[in-house]
Amino acid sequence: MHELSVTESILSIASEYAQKAEAKKVTDIHLVIGRLSSIVDDSVQFYWDFVAEDSICRGAKLHFERIPAMLKCQDCDFTYEITERLTPCPKCGGYNTAIVSGEEFYLDSIEIEKEEVKNP
Amino acid sequence: MSAIRVPIVEKIFDANDQIAHQNKQLMAQNHVYAINIMASPGAGKTSFILQTIKHLQSEFKIGVIEGDTAAVTIDADKVAAAGMPAVQINTGGECHLDASMISNALPQLPLDELDLVIVENVGNLICPAAFDLGTTINLLVASVPEGDDKPYKYPNIYRGLNVLVINKTDLKPYVQFDMDYFTRGVQLLNPGLTTFPVSCRTGEGIAPWIEWLKAEILASRQG
Repeated sequence: MHELSVTESILSIASEYAQKAEAKKVTDIHLVIGRLSSIVDDSVQFYWDFVAEDSICRGAKLHFERIPAMLKCQDCDFTYEITERLTPCPKCGGYNTAIVSGEEFYLDSIEIEKEEVKNP
Repeated sequence: MSAIRVPIVEKIFDANDQIAHQNKQLMAQNHVYAINIMASPGAGKTSFILQTIKHLQSEFKIGVIEGDTAAVTIDADKVAAAGMPAVQINTGGECHLDASMISNALPQLPLDELDLVIVENVGNLICPAAFDLGTTINLLVASVPEGDDKPYKYPNIYRGLNVLVINKTDLKPYVQFDMDYFTRGVQLLNPGLTTFPVSCRTGEGIAPWIEWLKAEILASRQG
C-alpha cells in the first residue's frame, strides 16, 4: 500500500540524476529489490505511469532485479534461501541465524538519452 | 541521440531517512525520549499508551502524536482526556506515518517542556516498518489473539524493533497461541529483542515495562 510514496521517491531520485546528467529523456530505470522488502513490483509499475506522466521519466521502462532472501546459520555456518516462509536452519535446526541478503531496496541506475553534442 | 547509463545506487528511502535524522536531532536537543508504537489494528496500541501514560505521568511530562487514516479523533480524544498534549496526524488514507509527517507534528508540541513523546503509528504490520520516524526506539505491540505465526508472515516489522510487547496475555487460555513458536520466529529476525508480555486489561506485566522505560529515559539524559 505504500507503493505510491515509494514510486514518487523513485521518480524524484531518477529525475534529479537525469537533470544533473543533462538528459533529454529517461528510457530505463533499474531497481534492486530484496525479497524480504515488502515491495510489490506490479504495484510500483501500476503507479509509475501516472506518477511519471508529466516528467522527464515519462515512458521510462522499470526493471526489477530481485535479490534472494538468504539466511546464514550462526551455529553451523550453513547458508540457505528463504522462498516462502521464514524457517530455522534446515541443516541443524538452529534459530540463531543472520540475514545475509534480501532487504535491499535501491535505485541502481538509469539509462538516459542526450542530444548529440556536435564536435567543432 | 545517444543512450547513456547513469549509475545511482541510492536507497529509495533516503529522503525519508534524512528527515528522520533531523527529527532525531530535534528531539535530542530538547532531551525528549520518543517511542514509535506500531501494531496491527486492534492489538491494543491505544490501551498500551494509556497504561504507559497512567504509570508515568506523575514523574514525566508526556506528549502524544496520533496517526490515523481518517479524520476520526477517538484515539486523540482519549489521550487528550488523560490530560496530555496530543497532535493528530490524519494521513488521508495513507497506510503509515513517515518522517515528514512527524517533522510537521513536532513543532505543535511543547518539546522543551516534554520528557517523552509517544507516536501512535497507523495500525498496519507492513508499511510502517519501511519508514523510520527518527524516534529513540521502535516498539511493536503484538497480541495473543492475532496468532503465533505473525513473525513468520510479517518479518520486516520485527527487524527494526527495539522493544516487543505481547499484549492480551490474559486471553492465552482461550486461544491457540504457542509462545515458543512465536518467540523462536522473533529470534530468527531480531536475536535478543527486549520483550514484555503484558495484559493492558488486567495490568499484568506492565510494571517491568514501566521500570525499563523509566531507566531508559533517565539514561538517555545522561548520554
